Amino acid sequence: MRPVYIAGVALTPISEHWELSLRDLACEAAIKAVEKAEIEGLDSLYVANMGGATLQSQLHLGALMADALGLHGLPAMRVEAAQASGGVAVHEAYIAVASGLYDNVLVVGVEKMSDALPHEVRSTLAMAEDQEYTAYTGVTEVGLCALLYRLYMDRYDAKPEEVAALAAISHEHAVGCLHAQYPFRISVEKILSSPMEADPIHMLECSGIGDGAAAIILTAEGGDVEVASSSVATDHFFLTERGDPLTLRAVRLASQRAYKMADIAHEDVDLVELHDSTTILGVLSLEDLGFAEKGFGARYIAEGNVRRGGELPVNTFGGLKARGNPVGATGVYQVAEVAMQLLGEAGRCQVEDAEVGLAENLGGVASTCSVTILRRR
Amino acid sequence: MRVSVPRYWREIKYRYRLIGELCTECGAVVFPRRALCPHCGCRELEECKLSETGTVVSWTVINNPPKGYERYAPYVVALIRLDDGAQILSQVVDVEPEEMRVGLRVEATFRRVREDGSSGIIEYGYKFRPIIEEP
Repeated sequence: MRPVYIAGVALTPISEHWELSLRDLACEAAIKAVEKAEIEGLDSLYVANMGGATLQSQLHLGALMADALGLHGLPAMRVEAAQASGGVAVHEAYIAVASGLYDNVLVVGVEKMSDALPHEVRSTLAMAEDQEYTAYTGVTEVGLCALLYRLYMDRYDAKPEEVAALAAISHEHAVGCLHAQYPFRISVEKILSSPMEADPIHMLECSGIGDGAAAIILTAEGGDVEVASSSVATDHFFLTERGDPLTLRAVRLASQRAYKMADIAHEDVDLVELHDSTTILGVLSLEDLGFAEKGFGARYIAEGNVRRGGELPVNTFGGLKARGNPVGATGVYQVAEVAMQLLGEAGRCQVEDAEVGLAENLGGVASTCSVTILRRR
Repeated sequence: MRVSVPRYWREIKYRYRLIGELCTECGAVVFPRRALCPHCGCRELEECKLSETGTVVSWTVINNPPKGYERYAPYVVALIRLDDGAQILSQVVDVEPEEMRVGLRVEATFRRVREDGSSGIIEYGYKFRPIIEEP
């Protein structure tokens, strides 16, 4: 295994890009990333995407994007792990460079959700779950999170105000973020007075629907930011078969492996991009990454520890909630954002003196978890 | 959601009659059926009938449903612990959301689940409903 570095990152704003196609979005981010990277040619392309098959009836995105980017002849593939497609694609690209097989690889995460109606998007997201026995019940991804939310409140006596604080703080952080879909403040009161999406989860506790693309170039040639570790883990696919549904085992496994591989402890992490597709998933993630005791994550957040100037800044550009969640691209956005923080390129969202940053990306209700740790050199 | 006839047909026994598996090694009741026990990895699993009664562990109300479930919304989905120890995810019917609570006793019932347009398969299967206590 040899060291892997970030050579360049680029993002498109997350929005409803009516005028841009899946291909246009991916090209916009990829071309910018290539322009920024000072490397000699690319050896491989990984396209992270979740919904292309149903939202655009488009598969074979590896060859399609290689063609669009003038990379004819290159090995190229689509990586799909539901909402964790982005993080898992970064992991695959990391393996390719670390192993010595390729020197420079391009990862582009892209999702175009506004091509479909909201109920079609919900059906696509529910494809992260077993179709015969989970999606079959009519439950949505938010609905599954709602089951965890109620259990969490009951067991740990947590208040909705504490759980929803994650969304409010994420929105605070998105103010001034140029690529965020919702860069404005929303109070906890407003969040908790929005309609119920799936009781007890309010609409404003859920990430929205957006289009976007993010691109990263990984290289063996050196750089200012090193990929200190990259790790992926899975958990029981059925929530019903997990010993304790409030423990996200995939998050524990992936993060413990990542800390060990980077030779750090969780205390060494200066900032975190969390997978907060719903507030509760962000809260449970924070706990299982090791930053709060089980049952105390929501309180830790509500006390303000995760604000930009706090003990552990999280979702420094707004997270999935406020930056946006173009599902298959999200994990690539997160890693790109951590790199931007460490390079001092975060603009108004800059966290001071950060050396180590972590990105956590989930597929389904944490059936897959990817953890990427970046370190400034 | 286009469901082919064989895809629907091969799940009928399990969905209509709540058939799961019993692990001969660790004794876990497994649902849905699997080639390996998800808890101990044992390959010796025997078909078994699940309990038709259980207790609500957690629940939610789906207000914005996926495609194909619009006519039923809002509907309750619950995580239920069956009396034999297995857990199952299911809709709970014949109940108002205000009446739902953790600990509610429920029993299996046979219901229509979804329809594939006006000419596709009408799918049936298990849902649960509150047990009405005798006075």
